[in-house]
Amino acid sequence: MSTLVLLLITGVGLGALYFLVASGLSLIYGLMHVLNFAHGAFLSLGGLLGWEVGRRVGDGTWGGLLVSMLVGMLVGALFAIVTELVFIRRLYNRHIEQVLVTVGIGLAAVALFEGIWGSDPIITTKVPWLRQTTEVVGARVPNHIWLLIGVAVVVLLAIVLFLRFTRFGLVIRAGVENRTMVTALGIDVRTAFTIVFAIGGAAAGLGGVLASVYYGNVSAHQGTSLLIYAFIVTVIGGLGSLTGAAIASVLIAVLQQLANFYLGGTGDLIIVLALAAVLLVRPSGLLGRAA
Amino acid sequence: MSALLHVEGLRARVGGQQVVEDVSLDVADTGVTALLGRNGVGKSSTIKAILGIIERDGTVEFDGRPIDRLRTDRIVRQGVAYVPEDREVFASLTVEENLTLATRQAAPNRGLVDELFPELRERARQRAGTLSGGQQQMVSLARALLNDNRLLLVDEPTKGLSPRLVGEVTRVLRTAAEQTPMLLVEQNLQVVREIAQDVVVLSGGRVVHRGAALEFLDDQDLVHRHLGVAA
Repeated sequence: MSTLVLLLITGVGLGALYFLVASGLSLIYGLMHVLNFAHGAFLSLGGLLGWEVGRRVGDGTWGGLLVSMLVGMLVGALFAIVTELVFIRRLYNRHIEQVLVTVGIGLAAVALFEGIWGSDPIITTKVPWLRQTTEVVGARVPNHIWLLIGVAVVVLLAIVLFLRFTRFGLVIRAGVENRTMVTALGIDVRTAFTIVFAIGGAAAGLGGVLASVYYGNVSAHQGTSLLIYAFIVTVIGGLGSLTGAAIASVLIAVLQQLANFYLGGTGDLIIVLALAAVLLVRPSGLLGRAA
Repeated sequence: MSALLHVEGLRARVGGQQVVEDVSLDVADTGVTALLGRNGVGKSSTIKAILGIIERDGTVEFDGRPIDRLRTDRIVRQGVAYVPEDREVFASLTVEENLTLATRQAAPNRGLVDELFPELRERARQRAGTLSGGQQQMVSLARALLNDNRLLLVDEPTKGLSPRLVGEVTRVLRTAAEQTPMLLVEQNLQVVREIAQDVVVLSGGRVVHRGAALEFLDDQDLVHRHLGVAA
């Protein structure tokens, strides 16, 4: 029983990490129809620079972690804004070129990060409380899982409130549904594109810092590894659906944890099978709109 | 009468296919100019090309100034409102959100919209996707009439509506045209007869006739030849 509880809660924690990456991917695709393969680079840079600044403020302290998270968000958002303004904006509706450019940015960024920080993972120091565990129904749950879940819930709520109660949020929700008609109402949708990229980049940068907490290290490749899972989650949740991404993140991560424990480390295989099943039965994803 | 909108040698493509061959037309600065033609001759594409929604080349001048290189949103902000074929309301947004999104000016014409479409006020919190076709058309028209426009581009506003709703929409269009000139794509020739002063007829992506609306509609041979129906 306690093992199952542990697997479920750590699964939700991992799902929280997936959600931070997938939320941006989903919003960006939903509004702009851009499959952003550079998204992992936003995460890696957020994690690396967050760690660099955070450890100078206070290695293994709450203050240092808080600064890391703020720097990660800022760096992720800035990287995303520059990517959108310099590269993506010139390539609207040219999907093949967008894929090529974002793949190129992703590869070049990782090479650059390796040049600066090396290719080996860098061990990070956790806040003491995050190294401890909390007992839940007999299961000893690592405390960093609570941090991941808490931050993901706050990010989800913040994005939902932004989309629900601001003018830009209204433009983004309408744009996800019918971008051409938004433009035909006299709205310069490019500003919304930049904002969506910034939100996605900030969430990914924050995810980079939290990934370093979850894995206990930070590396140039962290974003690339998580990007694969984030794409799977985004497709299963339904491209463009934030709620779908949140639900799919938790489902997939829990499934992965259970399969890894009970089915001999087959978590990755199981989630790829889950992706195939969803694509066969419901190609638009759990909450996506039919094409 | 002078031309508010001047189109010369307009060509447009969709997915690499030429949908507007060579259209030249003028829209008067008062009243309604109807754009007619059989299905698939490029009427809706002409309107989309004027707005830059689809890839186009040729000359488009609005109030004497070229707009053929401007983005769609900038053309619209000059006062060119668009009511698309098939309404294209934002289904997941409420009626109120659809209207809020369309508002471009500090003091929108809510009084006019409420007067013309009292039902929308009652359905302000209803998702637009759950409205009937006629109600969605009201939202689509209301979005255009909220702002002080200088030209309305209206694409098949009575398509798929019941006779009662066609009469209602015609009344709204007549009221709107008293304030703002209109380029109207319309298959219902009775509606054209009631509100249009000029017609431009397309065939094969080109203009084959232009002139006074009533003269055209009263010429059965001409109507039958270009539209394949009786007026």
